[in-house]
Amino acid sequence: MTQIALKKNKIKLEPIIFYSINTTIMMLVMIVMIYPFWNTIAVSFNNSQDTLRGGITFWPRDFSLFNYETVFKNQLLVIASINSVLRTVISTVLGVFTSAMVGYVLSRPEFVWRKFVTRFFLLTMYVSAGLIPQYFLIRNLHMIGNFSVYILPGLISAFNIIVIRAYMQTLPSSLVEAAQIDGAGHFRIFMQIMLPVCKPVLATIALWCAVGAWNSWFDTFIYCFGKDNLTTLQYEMMKLISASMSSGTNKSADAVYGNMIVTDSVTPVSIRAAVTIVASVPILVVYPFLQKYFVNGVMIGAVKG
Amino acid sequence: MAVNDIALQKKAIKLVERKKLFNRYKSQKSLFFMIIPCMIITFIFSYWPLTGWIMAFQNFRPNKGYFKSTFVGFDQFKFLFQDRIFWQDFRNTLVMSVLNLVFGFVFAIGFALLLNEIRSLNFKRITQTASYLPHFLSWVIVCSLISNILSTYDGTLNNLLMWLGVIEKPILWLGEPNYFWWIVAFSNVWKEVGWNSIIYIAAMSAIDPQLYESCEIDGGNRYHKIWHITLPGIRPTIIVLLIMNIGWIMNAGFEIQYLLGRGLVMDVSETIDIFVLKYGITLGNYSLATASGMLKSVISIVLIAITNYISGRMDEESVF
Repeated sequence: MTQIALKKNKIKLEPIIFYSINTTIMMLVMIVMIYPFWNTIAVSFNNSQDTLRGGITFWPRDFSLFNYETVFKNQLLVIASINSVLRTVISTVLGVFTSAMVGYVLSRPEFVWRKFVTRFFLLTMYVSAGLIPQYFLIRNLHMIGNFSVYILPGLISAFNIIVIRAYMQTLPSSLVEAAQIDGAGHFRIFMQIMLPVCKPVLATIALWCAVGAWNSWFDTFIYCFGKDNLTTLQYEMMKLISASMSSGTNKSADAVYGNMIVTDSVTPVSIRAAVTIVASVPILVVYPFLQKYFVNGVMIGAVKG
Repeated sequence: MAVNDIALQKKAIKLVERKKLFNRYKSQKSLFFMIIPCMIITFIFSYWPLTGWIMAFQNFRPNKGYFKSTFVGFDQFKFLFQDRIFWQDFRNTLVMSVLNLVFGFVFAIGFALLLNEIRSLNFKRITQTASYLPHFLSWVIVCSLISNILSTYDGTLNNLLMWLGVIEKPILWLGEPNYFWWIVAFSNVWKEVGWNSIIYIAAMSAIDPQLYESCEIDGGNRYHKIWHITLPGIRPTIIVLLIMNIGWIMNAGFEIQYLLGRGLVMDVSETIDIFVLKYGITLGNYSLATASGMLKSVISIVLIAITNYISGRMDEESVF
């Protein structure tokens, strides 16, 4: 009797222990993932002199919008925001459109050059000439200090093409055939049938393009060095970190922002926090809603790539 | 006569076929219109720079150009192989890459296994969404967050360790060469663990539920199920991803090392990418930088070719 009771007890007890441990671990993971960012939000909304006293964790202690005011009053950071938005929007629209177009052509089984062209694009994933030859190419094309350097070099991504092509190949072929019988040309089929049908995968690609464009700073650093009118948010953020890294956190922000209306009440730590939030919130607001799409996209990419 | 006939016939067939091919091209005119501009852009930005590799064999001066610069054969490579800094950067690249690879795999798989055991769908989804968050942050921002967390002045990690009584005074995490590789590895884990687990979670959901049921009937508990069913179920995925990632071993990342590797930790933080940047763009020694970049690319290409070949063969095997 007692044995049976014990057994029953054991069966009930084990899952409870397991689930509570597992849930605790997952909670910890969640905290570790979110806390650094959450803390930065709190710092960015806190009075910057008060922040220096330390101890800001989850909530701002002395709420203030002054850090953001300083950021948005700064000419350079406003230009940087505009450039970041512009490059993101343009490269996303063009990138999605061209990848989808190439993906469509390569998904047509009757296309004469299909094999060759597929390899032509695939190979770019593996072969890279390196930084210096690329730099000289951009220089020879007179694209240094030109906005097009943000759009053209990374426009066509073989990986995106493969993901889109794989998605298109899963669609019933009758979709295209029916349109062909009705006399529609390839471009029209692509524009009016394929683009709307492929919305889920295009949403994934759009997210990837946008994240890539929004988050890059290296091209600004290399190709648009010293051109204030072409600066981007991530690049300005990079300058802020470099300044704080090379001289500790107490370096004054005006070494970086000579023209900033630096008052005594704004410290580099707070400015950095505010710029961090401005430079990451646009994407963090969008991605949870695209989650179900990009999970599928990752799978297609992993299988085919 | 007969021979002539056959020749004529062959010619006629050839003509018909050529006409057919021509018609195919003609009917696919719009496909060509759609793809040729994209091919031209790809050619310019991905293939044309390869001609710049010629610099690696020259003593390249920008004012002279490719044609007038003097050729020096393999001198740049010889210099490279004798350079202590190059080997140091080579080592750093490999070590950080391997650490990233191992930690990346272990944590992603572990996270996927634990998440798979969560019953509540909502809790699972929220955890997953949270775990993707760092993936969408740029390295610049991640580095800023890391430097805040590790700061000696009110940094979270130092505060926490002091509160727990592990340490007495704050540690300068980012100034100590011994810690740098681990900081890079754990930053990579933090940033990508959620994202990398997507594929494993997908593979787990594809495992036949009947297997779990039969394991239960045989008296298997939770850990038996994980060990004998879940892990073998995702093994093909793990192996293929592992092999593919080995092909990228020369890429240890660039941004975190560049942004956080200052001062004291320079000797352990610099990767080949930083070497290229330093020699090429900062010091203007374009030939040497191109040579090291080229070396890296060539090693990568060879590795990728090998790993692709292996994973291709394994794929065939797993089909049967």
